[in-house]
Amino acid sequence: MVQPLDIHQETPSQTAGPYVHIGLMPSFAGIPDIYENQLGESPIADGAKGEVIEIVGSIYDGTGWAMRDALFESWQADASGKFAGQDGADPSVSGYCRFAADGETGEYTLKTVKPGSIAGRGGQVHAPHISLWIVARGINIGLQTRIYFEDEDNSTDPLLNRIEQRQRVDTLIAKKTADGKYRFDVRLQGEGETVFLDI
Amino acid sequence: MADLGPLIPRNRDIHPVPYDPGYKTSVARSPSQPLLSMESGASEETGPTFGHGTFGALDNNLIMNFSKGAAPAIGERILMHGKVLDERGRGVPNTLVEIWQANAGGRYRHKKDGYLAPLDPNFGGCGRTLTDDEGNYQFLTIRPGAYPWPNRGNDWRPMHIHISVFGHSFGQRLITQMYFQGDPLIDMCPIAATIKNRSQLDRLVAPLDMSNSRPLDFLAYKFDIVLRGRRQTMFENKLEGM
Ligand SMILES: [Fe+2]
Repeated sequence: MVQPLDIHQETPSQTAGPYVHIGLMPSFAGIPDIYENQLGESPIADGAKGEVIEIVGSIYDGTGWAMRDALFESWQADASGKFAGQDGADPSVSGYCRFAADGETGEYTLKTVKPGSIAGRGGQVHAPHISLWIVARGINIGLQTRIYFEDEDNSTDPLLNRIEQRQRVDTLIAKKTADGKYRFDVRLQGEGETVFLDI
Repeated sequence: MADLGPLIPRNRDIHPVPYDPGYKTSVARSPSQPLLSMESGASEETGPTFGHGTFGALDNNLIMNFSKGAAPAIGERILMHGKVLDERGRGVPNTLVEIWQANAGGRYRHKKDGYLAPLDPNFGGCGRTLTDDEGNYQFLTIRPGAYPWPNRGNDWRPMHIHISVFGHSFGQRLITQMYFQGDPLIDMCPIAATIKNRSQLDRLVAPLDMSNSRPLDFLAYKFDIVLRGRRQTMFENKLEGM
């Protein structure tokens, strides 16, 4: 026998299921009036500094079907690389958003400001990115990934540089489709599978 | 801000397997490549906060919140309560807990649910609250019904309440389900069975808590939730820019 470590184990995950919108986005589920407000409706308020951008995409299952029931949460820094609550952060950027794949088309839209690069431990600098968390029926534990941008310098990003199969780096990079517009598709499985994170 | 240290890496062995043929939808919705493991940084260690002013008085009362206090939902009245803590055993104060569930007949108020059990005109099916200074939370609700779902020929979900928790870091984000002590359907459920370690599944089964049940009013069920903790950073560099 040894001394106990006094460490608790994390609670096991379970799928968010098909009705996750009731709990997290009741308006989307058809229950618009149950609360005074919905959380995470927009990551920015009027007056947010930086370039306002729109990211559009779909999430595909292993058969190539654009999923109609996925729910996303995003978390990001402001245009100067500060997160809400940090000294000097833009008060008009909450950095947090909830959005869902459209029930008819499967497409999602995220309107936000482009984040700045982020300082990490030991002087590392992370290229501008948005953290993405994805839940849906059939996903047993929420999937984490990141959205980077093709028109930023990603060459020294410590996470992207950890990806051994260099062609997979591309799965984390949003493609510019017009001024201020980007496309970012997620592929859950198989050809072009998005790099998911354990972070 | 002092560096609280990176998040403790997730122990994936306690979680459900992503790919499980018994839960058919997971087959095409599970990554086939390994996850990329990396130490957390500011993106994972920071997270959204929600102010007390955001919440209404009935937000954590599912019996009354849909009717705005006009009429109670139908079903067995229960108190669901517990504590949110981290892996170090510390309570997580002021963090968002959200729940959603079927009504007493097993029907969800969602455009995609066509089960023949009727909707309850006084039940919406969601609630939300912030934990108190010690990490405690509570919801007043009704016991959800079991319901059938399209998977194998005759699969039924045990009675359950879906729970979403934040913590203070985006990397702590967790969704799970609470089951009820003594429900025989737990052992037959392919979703519960995605957790391969039985003692871990047991941690999702809430015990009946007579000590917090209120005479002539409601039964109580206790459900504690543990989120990822932080690793101490003695002998390490401080996080720059924080
Ligand atoms: Fe459910």
